[in-house]
Amino acid sequence: MQSLKEKSMQIVFLLAACISIVAVALICIFMFANGIPAIGKIGLFDFLLGTKWKPLNDVYGILPMIVGSIYVTAGAILIGVPIGILCAVFMARFCPKKLYRFLKPFIELLAGIPSIIYGFFGLVVIVPVMQNIFGTGGKGVLTASILLGIMILPTIIGVAESAIRAVPDSYYEGALALGATHERSVFTVLLTAARSGILAGVILGIGRAIGETMAVVMIAGNQPVIPESILSGVRTLTSNIVLEMGYATDLHREALIATAVVLFVFILIINLSFSQLKRRKSS
Amino acid sequence: MKQQNRAALRSKLASYKNHPGSFLLRVLVTLSTIITVSVLMLLIAYILIKGIPSITLDQFSWTYNSENVSMMPAIVNTFTMTAMSLLLAVPIGVCAAVYLSEYAKRGNRLVPLVRITAETLSGIPSIIYGLFGYLFFNIKCQFGYSLLSGVFTLSIMILPLIMRTTEESLRAVPDSYREGSFGLGAGKLRTVFKIVLPSAIPGILTGIILAVGRIVGETAALIYTAGTVAGIPLTPLDSGRTLSVHMYALINEGFYVDQAYSTAVVLLLMVMGINAASAFVARKLTVR
Repeated sequence: MQSLKEKSMQIVFLLAACISIVAVALICIFMFANGIPAIGKIGLFDFLLGTKWKPLNDVYGILPMIVGSIYVTAGAILIGVPIGILCAVFMARFCPKKLYRFLKPFIELLAGIPSIIYGFFGLVVIVPVMQNIFGTGGKGVLTASILLGIMILPTIIGVAESAIRAVPDSYYEGALALGATHERSVFTVLLTAARSGILAGVILGIGRAIGETMAVVMIAGNQPVIPESILSGVRTLTSNIVLEMGYATDLHREALIATAVVLFVFILIINLSFSQLKRRKSS
Repeated sequence: MKQQNRAALRSKLASYKNHPGSFLLRVLVTLSTIITVSVLMLLIAYILIKGIPSITLDQFSWTYNSENVSMMPAIVNTFTMTAMSLLLAVPIGVCAAVYLSEYAKRGNRLVPLVRITAETLSGIPSIIYGLFGYLFFNIKCQFGYSLLSGVFTLSIMILPLIMRTTEESLRAVPDSYREGSFGLGAGKLRTVFKIVLPSAIPGILTGIILAVGRIVGETAALIYTAGTVAGIPLTPLDSGRTLSVHMYALINEGFYVDQAYSTAVVLLLMVMGINAASAFVARKLTVR
């Protein structure tokens, strides 16, 4: 009786562990099964490289959205990565203990704020500021990049900080003993030793930026054309889905699911390189 | 003491004169931190200052109509949705973590697969969860726009988070506890439930709180699963929107800016409360 209970509970635990495998399999199957046929109907090249998205004429080219996602993500990286890494350095090596106790929960709060609030903040603060400075509509690549740059800060700071902290103290002390200043030791020795961890944080940030939906859709302008300048409006893969899924039918709907498939492939590549980096770091 | 500090500061400044590069780095590092902190302060202050005056009492009446634009149904939905998702995801996540940390033997082929898939799940953006939930739960399982679809979608989303935090805290339980329990003649199952899990509770709790934060803030995964109906659903198969979705709908409709501000205030306060709770639990954890 007792051993029966043990055995059956062990099977329960095993099944629970398998749920995540089942979930990933289901997600892959459903996304690909619903998206691939549309890509086949439209034609792979017309779909991926077509520059016109006109659902009313049954023309579905998502190149503007792919380019848009890449632009916005690159902008977010340009803004968020330097600030994030420098801030992580401060947290790990410059911050007085008393200040740290206050700063750390602050950064965690930054991570916990919902994207809808970030989007709203962008809409009522950043967009008007942009309108005043540049005299344009205010929504566009630059606005979205700034907001996404802010949103990926906590991700990058968190991962980079723990990577810097994981470097043995002897590295830092060795540099000091050779006569380097505190700053020089930190930046030349610690940052070099922690670079794969920091890179992992940046990749995680890229994943977050490319997958962000609700904040971007409010401030990017959403025109489905390849942006001509950093001030012109842009539509990302994610906003394309959320904008049109509500009323889309037939091929239009399938094309949106296919858009999600493209995004999904992007994310899988990013995830894979992240776990690859992590594995290399631990071995 | 003060004099000492001043002398230390002076010698530090003098050394910077010889190392202008180091001085520049220090300025940059401090500046970045100031930027990060001030952006967050600006965000919170702006929303509170603009939002608190626009809170009115009829925004908290029990029924929604286009006159009062009440957020009360959305608050209720947020709570039911959170509770149901936790009810589903926490037992599964904890059991999975128990398997990974207590039962799986070295060289088990399943473990890396579970880990990779859990990692993949935690990297998938919420819009893809939303679309999958729509395709699978709404259409394939024929739930339609319903709380239930939203709950299932959210449960998959928070599963990796709960698995990871639980597994970490299970691994932090010292082996001597387990050995002591085995030594007294308890079986494996009894050891897990009576000894290992209770000592891991604070860690599990942190994971749950983080998951609550994620559910409360979620929008993209819910628009096309739980739908955007503004009332309180009578059955789990009816549609209902959470506070975040409510806010999105208000902004989208365009003429409820004041209400959007006050919803933002409530949402922000909720998130800050959740964060404070997780910090509190984490502190308890380190004190022990």
